[in-house]
Amino acid sequence: MLEIRNLHVQIEDKKILNGLSLTVNDGEVAAIMGPNGSGKSTLSYVIAGKEDYEVLDGEILLDGQNLLEMEPDARAAAGVFLAFQYPLEIPGVATMTFLKAALNAQRKARGEGELSTPEFMKKVRAGAERLHIPQDMLKRALNVGFSGGEKKRMEILQMALLEPRFCILDETDSGLDIDALKIAADGVNALRDPKRSFLVITHYQRLLNYIVPDTVHVMANGRVVKSGGKELALELEANGYADYRSQAA
Amino acid sequence: MAQVTPMRTAAETQLLDLFPAVKARLPGAAEPRQQAYDAFAKAGLPHRRVEAWKYTDLRASLREAAPLADAPSAAVLGEVRTKAAPFAGLGPALAIVDGMFEPSLSDLHGMPAGVQAVGLAGALGTGHALAAQVGQAAQADDAVLALNAALMTDGVILRVAAGTQLERPLVVRFVRTGSQARAAFTRVLLVVEEGASLTLAETHEGPAGVGHQDNTVVEVITGDKATVQHVRLNADGGGAVDLSTLGVKLGADCAFTSFALVTAPALTRHQIFVTFAGENSRVSLNGGALLKGRQHADTTLVVNHAVPHCESRELYKHVLDGEATGVFQGKIIVEPHAQKTDGQMMSQAVLLGDNATMNNKPELEIFADDVVCAHGATCGQLDDDLLFYLRARGLPKPDAEALMLQAFVGEALEKVEDESIRDVLEGVVEAWLRARL
Ligand SMILES: Nc1ncnc2c1ncn2[C@@H]1O[C@H](COP(=O)(O)OP(=O)(O)OP(=O)(O)O)[C@@H](O)[C@H]1O
Ligand SMILES: [Mg+2]
Repeated sequence: MLEIRNLHVQIEDKKILNGLSLTVNDGEVAAIMGPNGSGKSTLSYVIAGKEDYEVLDGEILLDGQNLLEMEPDARAAAGVFLAFQYPLEIPGVATMTFLKAALNAQRKARGEGELSTPEFMKKVRAGAERLHIPQDMLKRALNVGFSGGEKKRMEILQMALLEPRFCILDETDSGLDIDALKIAADGVNALRDPKRSFLVITHYQRLLNYIVPDTVHVMANGRVVKSGGKELALELEANGYADYRSQAA
Repeated sequence: MAQVTPMRTAAETQLLDLFPAVKARLPGAAEPRQQAYDAFAKAGLPHRRVEAWKYTDLRASLREAAPLADAPSAAVLGEVRTKAAPFAGLGPALAIVDGMFEPSLSDLHGMPAGVQAVGLAGALGTGHALAAQVGQAAQADDAVLALNAALMTDGVILRVAAGTQLERPLVVRFVRTGSQARAAFTRVLLVVEEGASLTLAETHEGPAGVGHQDNTVVEVITGDKATVQHVRLNADGGGAVDLSTLGVKLGADCAFTSFALVTAPALTRHQIFVTFAGENSRVSLNGGALLKGRQHADTTLVVNHAVPHCESRELYKHVLDGEATGVFQGKIIVEPHAQKTDGQMMSQAVLLGDNATMNNKPELEIFADDVVCAHGATCGQLDDDLLFYLRARGLPKPDAEALMLQAFVGEALEKVEDESIRDVLEGVVEAWLRARL
């Protein structure tokens, strides 16, 4: 279970999160929607541990562990995974090398042995196939020259491989064509598990037809201003954020 | 204007006294050595007001010129025999120990067909036909090169016959021994005849923490249509002062690639002089330096496009930790009639230490109008956003940094075509990065 309590965050003297509280239960898929600049990506970075942000108040607990006291890599080993809104390119590091380094680093941090190369290759190949990622892409430098959609699918592949406990998907649907959207959603759905939770950030109700959320939260001005079931997404699609902007201000 | 005679430093005086003391036993013609000595005597040790030595003030940093190394004893040679060489087993090797070519440690009988190998001292002494080419490729108005020309004691001459295609690299080991700082002046000449193809891999090996002083010159002279890969590994001898010159003179339709890796010595200066003597040749000069503490590594190169239709590429990578200093000076000269020259030079540095320094000085001297030439230099820290991305995937900070640095240096290292050599070099880089963890 992830619990965020009264989170206040600023960057370069600019307040972005203003007392945000949110709980995501085991096995739950929670969707977050909200206008541009409301702080959705900031929230995802703060959960994952990006250093640029100053946490003024509040706490983030994953199964009772205080994430804010942990380094980003320790959070990853504890099961936090962020699929980036804008995945980064790493010239000179083959995707396969990167995947192996990440998986083995997490296993080591958890006191598990390294995966043998054949075991690892088998896992990656199977995951790539499911996401329609061609094998030769795995030999190329990570994300370098990948299309927007390919980068997003690569994030899902990493997620599948690392088997995190808590997955954050920051606008994974943006940049995906209709077929790729279904493939990515299938990839996510295959990972749904009573012990795994998801925080799905999106602007479009359409994604939620494929990844059906248990809860939907509306974020505005750095806070969750309304929570409901999946019907809330349909309501937002019809009416926009006008009501919530005024409410939060 | 009044003539100012600069004060001689202790090291200069020692070097000036050295030549008269040993010249009687140096092999070969006396006259060229005397001329080189006179040139050195006039110039003195290079200092920061000598443009090509702007960032490496040898006059200031070389306190003492070490005495000439003694020829190694049988016991010393026995010890060298037991030490594993970095490129051991990858190809036939020739060893130069403390300034002397050592046939007993060299695979003279294992030389492949088409390769002739002779000791330099012997060749100079007997007036061997190949000895006439010594000094043809390394020509520059440079005091360190002049010192080598005056004082070289020994080395190797290699001739690769026309059309010979070598599968395995030829290895030349420069080995230093002993716990007292000593100087060695050595030279290697590689003559590559028309259409031949090979990899020449040098290693510089020595005890860590001893302030040995090396002045080595490697000359490469090729006929037309030759392909030469050159590799230089300097990963040993933590206390050493290593001055080296690579002189290359290429015929037409040739390809020459060089990669130099520096991790260990306290002070290195690697200077490269390339002259295109024939058209349609390509040169690719590359290097990586991983430095920490107060190490200093200088690469200074001059590529002279004396003829049209040639291509030159330079890619140098510095990783500077602690208070280390990196220097890259690259000059591409395009002579008036050298049309269709294509030159691109890039130097990149990552500063890991707050007190690390990188000095970049790329220069283009273009006297022809129909050319494509460019240079660039970058210097900075590792990208924080990339670091976060890697850490968010579970890599601890030092591991994430190591992966990024490996990729950074890897871009230059991948120019080494021989896989077996490249593997060893990658291992050296990895070991350096692991030592930081
Ligand atoms: N490094 C930064 N420096 C200054 N302001 C920043 C920085 N990063 C984010 N912000 C600001 O914080 C606010 C929230 O940004 P954030 O990226 O979290 O929004 P978002 O909800 O993800 O928006 P979008 O829907 O467009 O992705 C924005 O006004 C943004 O300009
Ligand atoms: Mg965002």
